[in-house]
Amino acid sequence: MSAMSNSNWDRRNVLRAAMGLAAAGGLAACGGNTGRSGGGSSGVNLNQYFHAYGEAGTEQAIKKYAKAYDKANVTTQWITSADFESKLFATLLTKSAPDLFEFHPQIQLIKSGQVADLTDIIEPVKDDFNPADIASHTVDGKIYGVRMIDDPQFFFYRKSMLEKAKVDVPTTLDELAEAAAKLTTGKVKGLYMGNDLHSVINPLIWSAGADTLNSKNEIAYHTPGVVEGIKKMRKLFTSGNLLLGAPTESWDPSSFTQGLAAIQFCGMWAMPTIQEALGDDWGVFPFPKTIDSGKQSVVNGGWSMFVNAKGKNVDAAKEYVKWLWIDQKQYQEDWATSYGFHIPPRTSIAQSATKLKTGNAAEGVKLFNEFGHFDNIGWTQAMITALEDVFANSVRKDMDPEAALDKADTAVNRELKKLFG
Amino acid sequence: MSTTTKLDLAGPAPAKASPARPRRALRGSPTFNFWLFTGPFLIGLAIFVYAPIVWSLWLSFFDARFTVTPDKFIGFDNYKYMLTNDDFVGSLGTFTVFAAFIVPTTWALSLGLALLVNRLRFMRAFFRSVFFLPTACSYVAASLIWKMSIFSGVRFGLMNTVLGWFGVENIAWLADPSPPWYWFVIVTARLWLQSGFYMILFLAALQNIPGELYEAAAIDGAKPGWQTFWYITLPQLRATSTAVILLLLIAAYQAFDEFFNLLSKTTWGRPPLVELYYKALGESQDYGAGSAGAVILTVLIIIVTLFQGKIMGFGRGDEAK
Repeated sequence: MSAMSNSNWDRRNVLRAAMGLAAAGGLAACGGNTGRSGGGSSGVNLNQYFHAYGEAGTEQAIKKYAKAYDKANVTTQWITSADFESKLFATLLTKSAPDLFEFHPQIQLIKSGQVADLTDIIEPVKDDFNPADIASHTVDGKIYGVRMIDDPQFFFYRKSMLEKAKVDVPTTLDELAEAAAKLTTGKVKGLYMGNDLHSVINPLIWSAGADTLNSKNEIAYHTPGVVEGIKKMRKLFTSGNLLLGAPTESWDPSSFTQGLAAIQFCGMWAMPTIQEALGDDWGVFPFPKTIDSGKQSVVNGGWSMFVNAKGKNVDAAKEYVKWLWIDQKQYQEDWATSYGFHIPPRTSIAQSATKLKTGNAAEGVKLFNEFGHFDNIGWTQAMITALEDVFANSVRKDMDPEAALDKADTAVNRELKKLFG
Repeated sequence: MSTTTKLDLAGPAPAKASPARPRRALRGSPTFNFWLFTGPFLIGLAIFVYAPIVWSLWLSFFDARFTVTPDKFIGFDNYKYMLTNDDFVGSLGTFTVFAAFIVPTTWALSLGLALLVNRLRFMRAFFRSVFFLPTACSYVAASLIWKMSIFSGVRFGLMNTVLGWFGVENIAWLADPSPPWYWFVIVTARLWLQSGFYMILFLAALQNIPGELYEAAAIDGAKPGWQTFWYITLPQLRATSTAVILLLLIAAYQAFDEFFNLLSKTTWGRPPLVELYYKALGESQDYGAGSAGAVILTVLIIIVTLFQGKIMGFGRGDEAK
């Protein structure tokens, strides 16, 4: 741009500097952190992936456990991006794939040979695990993952606000909508279920008496009850009583603790934070009945440890998983109860976890046992996305639920055909 | 990129290097110097731009799920799939509309800013820098600020606070697609990020318009203001305008960062690249179809560019008028 100074000497210097910078940039790129630092007492390096837990101290805890292990040098990658699964799936195809990672049981990982069979390390202690957690990780008699924590998800409500508005704890979706309307004031919205409402998709289906897939792995969510539920959701979404566009998603209790909403859908993990912020002014209730013939439901989510079957150190990784998530019970209890609250999948630990025996935590455990639905290993990420699109199209936009579900059926059936033939 | 027209007409030609001063010669021949300076850039271009383009062209003819080194040749199936895919074709349509809006808007705003800054008598450098500064900001960082702070849907979001003074209800800017307020969020973010850079281009071109033209026009009786702008300034900016519009068009079709961050988990407002990202890198990991989409997009951009060059005369140099 000739508006600038035109001296030759200047230009030459600028070019030289630019070349220097380019060279420096190239060199810097060579020293990238691959997450595989050298060292380690036995020379074996393991790399593990965790999604970013919201509670303070969680990252340090995972790294502390890893450091205590002396048979391998375990490095942790704490993935803070919002789409942990995309990052994980993409990385698993490359050479920098983690040796072990946490995720939910999904059968495509097994069918594509990406996760290793862990039956031999779980078998000896199988009876100590919640049978549902074993079942959800089993395909053809082989167990593919070790459950670390179970995370029931339900509604949290402010007792004082409900009392003030003379609202009872809702047991049907209609009552929930009514409560949201009564609880909405100038400053507080009645209800928060996340900005995208995705966390209530499964409970809505279960509470309508339907399921994601049936036992023969066929579509079971496309029922008149679910269609009715989606229509009710649309009404609720447009009512103006939902908190929308909150800075944090529904897994984070901030909207609830900061008084932005009187009721929020969240998970058991948030209990310590909520207790600290609100004292005893809160309670929990399961997802209400979508239709009158339905049943209240609770999502029993959670995270499990998997070993990358295509990694270089499969045996060493299995060894580490066995050491930490089978043998080290004090670490397992620490992980389940010292940061957020989670239900330990090991019966022996669940029985000794005193923090979960009183107050709302005990209530959470009760809802988990009474209304909980565990992961279905046949329900994969592509199917989850298909139903998320249904919610986006028919709840947040006004597409006909039948048409949206038909579209999802096509996507889910294509996936089912690929997985089960 | 040419930012000037008719420099030969008159006036401030670039200062010529004084022939009296002995130039310090670089070692080696001019050919060697040419490769020394352009070599690193060309190598980078070949490795990071041309090789991937050729690779994705190759991938687009294969069944490449969960792999980038496929062996099953399937001809034009991927292209057929992408061109009959409602989401992808829909996103192309949406973004043609988006481009038709954002390109003239950014053009007008940057030109307006350039004219304002150009007329300043004091603190010109300050304002020039202030308007240029957002260019240095990452799209991701800006999206987060827009999403979490300015256009947060809660009552303490900046926009909702301001609207609250006038008694307007809280608006869920990004969560609720009807009315489509999310376009407002995206357009403002994009304008803030881009205008400054194009303003600098316009500013440079404005400073290259010879003053004599304005003087001559004044003598001929042209009124300062609109008339001068329309008959002198704007025609003189023709080459720059063409370049700016071209760059803006390409940028509009390449839109990704702010859409991906502002509108995660939606089925609407997805530019072609976001659609391709979910196709190739999301849970389906279909690199063949993704590459086919990328090739379609590239061809489209080339066609639009050539077409625009034809009507606006970009690249014809001095004959352009």
